[in-house]
Amino acid sequence: MIKDNRTKDYKSIIQERVAKNSFKRKVFNNFMTVLLFVFVIIAIIPLASILFEVFKNGVGALSFEFLFSPPGAFGSGEGGIGPAIQGTLIVVGLASLIGAPVGVLAGVYLSEYSSSSRSFAYFLRLFNDVLTGIPSIVIGITGYIALVLTLGSFSIMAGAFVLSIIMIPIIARVSEETLKLVPNTLREAAYGLGLPKWKVVWHIVIKGSKSGISTGIVLAVSRVAGETAPLIMTILGTSLFFSGFNSPVDALPLRIWRLASQPYPEAHEQGWGAALVLILLILALSVALRMFAQKRSTFKSTT
Amino acid sequence: MPPKDSKITHAELVKKLDLQSRKSFIGDKFFKGLVIGASVYTLCMVALVFFALADGSVPIFMKEGINFVIGTDWNAVEGRESFGALPYIIGTLVSSTIAMAIAVPISIGIAIFITEMMKNKLGTILSFIVELLAAVPSIIYGLWGLFVFRFWIRDYIEEPLHNTLGDFSLFAQAPFGLDVFTAGIILAIMIIPIITAVSREVIKAIPHSQKEAAYALGATRWEMIKTAILPSSKTGLMGATFLGLGRAIGETMLVTLVIGNAIGLAAIPTSLFSQSQTLSSIIANEFNEASNDLHLSALIGLGLVLFVITIFINVAAIYIISKVSKSYSNLRE
Repeated sequence: MIKDNRTKDYKSIIQERVAKNSFKRKVFNNFMTVLLFVFVIIAIIPLASILFEVFKNGVGALSFEFLFSPPGAFGSGEGGIGPAIQGTLIVVGLASLIGAPVGVLAGVYLSEYSSSSRSFAYFLRLFNDVLTGIPSIVIGITGYIALVLTLGSFSIMAGAFVLSIIMIPIIARVSEETLKLVPNTLREAAYGLGLPKWKVVWHIVIKGSKSGISTGIVLAVSRVAGETAPLIMTILGTSLFFSGFNSPVDALPLRIWRLASQPYPEAHEQGWGAALVLILLILALSVALRMFAQKRSTFKSTT
Repeated sequence: MPPKDSKITHAELVKKLDLQSRKSFIGDKFFKGLVIGASVYTLCMVALVFFALADGSVPIFMKEGINFVIGTDWNAVEGRESFGALPYIIGTLVSSTIAMAIAVPISIGIAIFITEMMKNKLGTILSFIVELLAAVPSIIYGLWGLFVFRFWIRDYIEEPLHNTLGDFSLFAQAPFGLDVFTAGIILAIMIIPIITAVSREVIKAIPHSQKEAAYALGATRWEMIKTAILPSSKTGLMGATFLGLGRAIGETMLVTLVIGNAIGLAAIPTSLFSQSQTLSSIIANEFNEASNDLHLSALIGLGLVLFVITIFINVAAIYIISKVSKSYSNLRE
């Protein structure tokens, strides 16, 4: 009996300790869950605040005149952001004309042709990643030296050129990844029908992953639409509408920066208005991107 | 196995096919040329960036030599020109260090929360919201920082810190709202989605057997995370951190708007609340007002310094991440 008691004692002590310990562990587990949830909230608060403030302060500035007329006298709070909207559309459009084909074709190389020369593909991938990491302002300086100095003036072409350099690695990366999702059986079936390689790549691989490639392009466009730094040294910014490809233009992010740097509250309100226009543009692109991305997963299910 | 008696037709067939394939041969060559051309163009862009910067910064390195990197003076006045990049290098490092100190734990926490604790619809929504943060242009972060966040941080964080801990030199300066601390925090907000996205991929790639083993040994969820997830994703998370760091160092517009834009010796932050300047922000501020060629060359030289720093960080990140993906494929096998 005494022996039994003793073992019981040990047992209960151990049980007690284990219970105590596991209670502690459970509490700590719950504590960490809550802590991580708080982290998520911390990340969401700024987004909510940014969207809220941009809408609150920007809605007042919006009007027909604001959207379509050139800026008024410095600090007067008159006029609008017409040239900036026009300039952003032109510069980003031209940049996509250069960046999208080059980016997609580079992605095609990485996905379809890289097996023939592994070291070139390795370097292309490495340089692509390096290009993604180069700060946009550094790319802007490049555009200034390569185009603005040689052509002799700030110009739309220089702006489009630097933005295209930012777009290419993004588009190439996404294109490569979506093209790789195309199942090999499709390629083999096409080869089996006697199609040459370029037709297989063009008609089967590229057309089959159209939605994925558009995702990449939209992603790149929404990224460069908000770029400011490289535009400072390429398109400069002006208060006039488009007047030829060899002269300066304005852009929305650039206009926001100039307005925010002025000491007048009227200018700040216009800055918020321009920010609202820019954010609506980019959010619309992001939502479109989301819809593309859902379509994009079709190939995953078939493999 | 083709039947032996069909030898002649077989040869004819080959001939016919050969003729056809010769036609498509041209198409093939053309398309391959196009694709390789695009790839070479991409490579050329990296080379162009490097050579343009190197070419543009020759005058300033000729004049200042190594002093350009270790000097602290910044004077563009004609006849008394003197350019030193050190204060801006320090400003860049300090602001991005603050950003990393805040962003890394939060983003890894979010990545763990989304992948391990919220596998339902809510998790997808949360990750979508965090991704939206990445879509906001940095100029809008800057605008928000300059007109909204600056006052929050001055009134609710900097003032209390200054009043209670003002004896320490770290908090000694009277807070103003536009300083290296504000810039660091907004940078952190900006890079959280980037680090989160990469960390999520890294954590997702960990084999399930690892997690199940931890659970089978009686671990709670947090203990599973601590013992199974964090150790085996350590290097991958480091790669994610480096990517975020590269982004923080190169970020321009929001820093320009909130860091206070000090010049020269004053740009070396002496406390958390002092005005400063980063490499990218001084380029953005002075590029269009450059008074002479030497000044312009000095700004391009700053760009070269920035380029070299980010290349190092990014290549390190790429190396780490590639090593990790290799080790995972080994684990699976």
